[in-house]
Amino acid sequence: MGLLSDPNRRRALISLLTRLNTPICLVCYMAGVAWFMGLAFEPFTLRTYMSENAMGSTMVEERFPAGERALATGREFAAHKKKVGGMPVDWLVKTMQARGLEVFTQSFSRTLPFPDENKERYMVKGTNVYGILRAPRAPRTEALVLSAPCSPGDNNQAVGLLLGLAQYFRNQIYWAKDIIFLVNEHDLIGMQAWLEGYHHTNTTGMDWSPLQGRGGSIQAALSLELSSDVITSLDLVLEGLNGQLPNLDLANLFYAFCQKIGVLCTIQGKLQRNDWDSVSGYSHAVQTMMLMVMKQASGRPWGDHGLFLRYHIEAATIKGINSFRQYKTDATTIGRLLEGMYRKLNNLLERLHQSYFFYLMPSLSHFVSIGYYMPAFGLLTVILLLRETHIFTGRYLSIYSACIGNSPLLIKYVSSQQSSPGVLSVLTPLVISHLTGVALYTLPIRFQEMAVEHFPVSETEAVVLTAIAVYTAGLALPHNTHRFLSGEGTEQGWRVLKLVAVLYLAVLLGCTALINFSLGFILALTLVPVAAFVTPHIPKVLSAFILVILSPACTLLFSVFFFQELQEMPVSFQDGWLLYLSVISQGILDHFLYGSLVYPLIALLVYPCWLLFWNILFWK
Amino acid sequence: MLKLSLVTCCFVLSVVIEGLALLDLGVSPYSGDVFHETPLIIYLFHFVVDYAEITFMLADVITAVALYLAVKDYNKQVFRKQKFALEADRYPLDCLELIRSPKEMYYIPLKVAMFYLLNPFTILSCVAKSTCGLNNAVIALFILSTIKGNVLLSAIFLSLATYQSIYPLTLCAPALLYLMQRQYIPVNFRRASFWWFIVQYAFMYLGSLFVIICLSFFLLGSWDYLPSVYGFILSVPDLTPNIGLFWYFFAEMFEHFRLFFLCVFQINVFFYTIPLSIKLKEHPVFLIFMQLAVISIFKSYPTVGDIALYLAFLPVWSHLHRFLRNIFLVSCVLLACSALFPVLWHLWIYAGSANSNFYYAITLLFNVAQILLVSDYFYAFLRREHHLTYGLYLKRKDGSEATLVLK
Repeated sequence: MGLLSDPNRRRALISLLTRLNTPICLVCYMAGVAWFMGLAFEPFTLRTYMSENAMGSTMVEERFPAGERALATGREFAAHKKKVGGMPVDWLVKTMQARGLEVFTQSFSRTLPFPDENKERYMVKGTNVYGILRAPRAPRTEALVLSAPCSPGDNNQAVGLLLGLAQYFRNQIYWAKDIIFLVNEHDLIGMQAWLEGYHHTNTTGMDWSPLQGRGGSIQAALSLELSSDVITSLDLVLEGLNGQLPNLDLANLFYAFCQKIGVLCTIQGKLQRNDWDSVSGYSHAVQTMMLMVMKQASGRPWGDHGLFLRYHIEAATIKGINSFRQYKTDATTIGRLLEGMYRKLNNLLERLHQSYFFYLMPSLSHFVSIGYYMPAFGLLTVILLLRETHIFTGRYLSIYSACIGNSPLLIKYVSSQQSSPGVLSVLTPLVISHLTGVALYTLPIRFQEMAVEHFPVSETEAVVLTAIAVYTAGLALPHNTHRFLSGEGTEQGWRVLKLVAVLYLAVLLGCTALINFSLGFILALTLVPVAAFVTPHIPKVLSAFILVILSPACTLLFSVFFFQELQEMPVSFQDGWLLYLSVISQGILDHFLYGSLVYPLIALLVYPCWLLFWNILFWK
Repeated sequence: MLKLSLVTCCFVLSVVIEGLALLDLGVSPYSGDVFHETPLIIYLFHFVVDYAEITFMLADVITAVALYLAVKDYNKQVFRKQKFALEADRYPLDCLELIRSPKEMYYIPLKVAMFYLLNPFTILSCVAKSTCGLNNAVIALFILSTIKGNVLLSAIFLSLATYQSIYPLTLCAPALLYLMQRQYIPVNFRRASFWWFIVQYAFMYLGSLFVIICLSFFLLGSWDYLPSVYGFILSVPDLTPNIGLFWYFFAEMFEHFRLFFLCVFQINVFFYTIPLSIKLKEHPVFLIFMQLAVISIFKSYPTVGDIALYLAFLPVWSHLHRFLRNIFLVSCVLLACSALFPVLWHLWIYAGSANSNFYYAITLLFNVAQILLVSDYFYAFLRREHHLTYGLYLKRKDGSEATLVLK
């Protein structure tokens, strides 16, 4: 308390912070970035370990024998799929019934707000088929889910393996939880319909028929995607809706069984390497972690498991990948892996909760927990607080020192100067930039029909181009408006506005980083410098250019290129631009289909906040 | 749903409706573990349950109007007192700039009412249909009748407020001080008039409390409600997370220390009354503000509505701004915490990824910020009074500028 109550020490602290503000801010920014990059360095990370007792100490044996038969079932499924030209519902029902499951179907339909050009769908109609294996040893209050999407492409092995496992599991007596085998059509849309039906919620206004049969409350779920006949390695996908991650124990479980059975396993498609002390080893880890950060920041579900997480169900997707290596993994091995995982999950006494929920993974065997990565973000936010103090004391320093030191001259001077700027001069930019944000959020969908009538574009292009147009129009609009109402902007006016904007940004970034660290960190990386340096007294053209470069839309553009670079699939500018447009349309679709929050967050909060800084730059 | 984390879920309309349903079935509403409202609230809602929304809005409007009138009257008195003091040349010469002008005081009552009505906390608590709004209305009416100098009404409303939630009991100290000041009774323990007034007030207060309690007894026909309402408030059996300090501590605590810590925590509300009353005996209205703040910080089931009530008084002390030291830091922290509450609640309860520690960290920070805010205002008030007696520009004995240090 001495610091807060002793005026002399306070004054010393404040003058130190004011004098050294810029250097401290620079150091903090550097330190934040360095800290973040250091997270991928192996000695700074923790080794993963199984925290859950029920899964750690018990032994299970995997004996699944019928890989070949599963593949044959897969081929049969493919033939029927081809014949029907979609999901072979009748065949699936019959096959599942033959394997002794309680089988139910659920039909659903959904009209997208605008056509999805990536997956070529607009009016979606489909059926989910699921079979429940009732637990013979327990009161059926809990359930596990194994799902395989029935996609137009090649996922037949997964369905075959699912059916094979169902048959094998049926003959085992140790199941204490219901196991639900789900084949969902139209990937996430079908999954959404099924989950909403299972939990009796309807958040997105989709039409689905109610579920006829249900198991207990779902404890964990795995989604299986085997896209080619030849599998060389298995990839674990964790990132779910809004950047939510499943409990780390699920990843540990997967890793443990891959080690035990001897399957090559990857995360983000990157193998584990042992040479962490070499430059290439470190850059490999950075690459893996950055991919995770990028995927998490996008806020979209990266596999069919992504929607489970919303219902408090730990879920992951396992992808079979053919990376043209010598070493091949056959269906029996994958079946044994899944059997092992399900038997361990079957032993759970309570929901997975022991291990971490907030983590980043530079490799499958190492992770960075929230306590380690939050300081990187904290260092960036400290800059905002420092600038805040700087502006505040810049405005009030005289009053401060006058009050603290009781110096008569200063008090008289300050009292004469004390004219508070009108609330209006701060409120107007705030309201106008938020209205622009609301326009950015609502107009693209609202005006797609009109745009299609008047311009030679498709609906999807219309939506994306309207969004870009509103975004650009926002730059021209607000910075002139405050003058209409309040006449000349005063020196005090912009300081108060900046005070408000910086505080706003700090709170916004803090909340974002708690929900989705990666998104918060990326936004902080670009927006914090803007917030720190912008004033009306800097060269206009250059700083306007920098501001645009660091705006959320450009951040997204760079992220697209950076992501491609990380995946080792660099694209030309032309392709990158097309990709950028499709990313925007996917982001909007994700929001309207699954309730992803990134698009509304950017449109309604981050963009208006950035506009405030734009406003300050052009303050007259 | 989010708002339920901010408004204690035991004191909302849905619970009252459940109590009503139980009563209609002929079961004592207190026989369960859910209902902890007073009998009068049940009977109020027995009649207005169909107009519940309007009732809550009306309660907020009554609070705002009562605060408006009270502050208007109070400002008038402050101004009159200041005028007398000026005419008697009681202020040092260099304090003229501390004198408050009628121009700046003119809008204060309006600001107070707006501060209450437009405060997001009030709106939240009204939308959540928390009965805290009704308690606030009673307390505001108590403040109004006290400031108007009506002893009987003041005692009645105070007993109503006490009946609703024990803690306003501590407000009787400022009420007594104020009423005595108004009737020119000196605060002197040796004077008979002082004791006579206290006896009078206590008689009115206890009498009306007795009447209300008996009325409740006759309404329900049993004393069930006493342990269920007051026992609930005092012994804190419900550990549902809220914005207060109790739930986490009592969830973590060893059971055999419970009674001890219960006393330690509960005594906080009552403990500060005596020193504050001694220090602020000349300024009972500021004492009311302090007491309201202390209650809302340290009570067992605090809600955002309680905070809104004492925040509404901040415009009254706008002349203290030049002496506030941490107001910037504190308001940043309060703002950030208010934004983080729903986020962490979401992460904990809905997403299941964060846990109670995250939420409690923010609760703790929020309460520390509130305490800093209140102590800052307290210090600023004392400092202004000090300057009004000793002059604004203090000199040391050797003639150099002196600084005031709070230790």
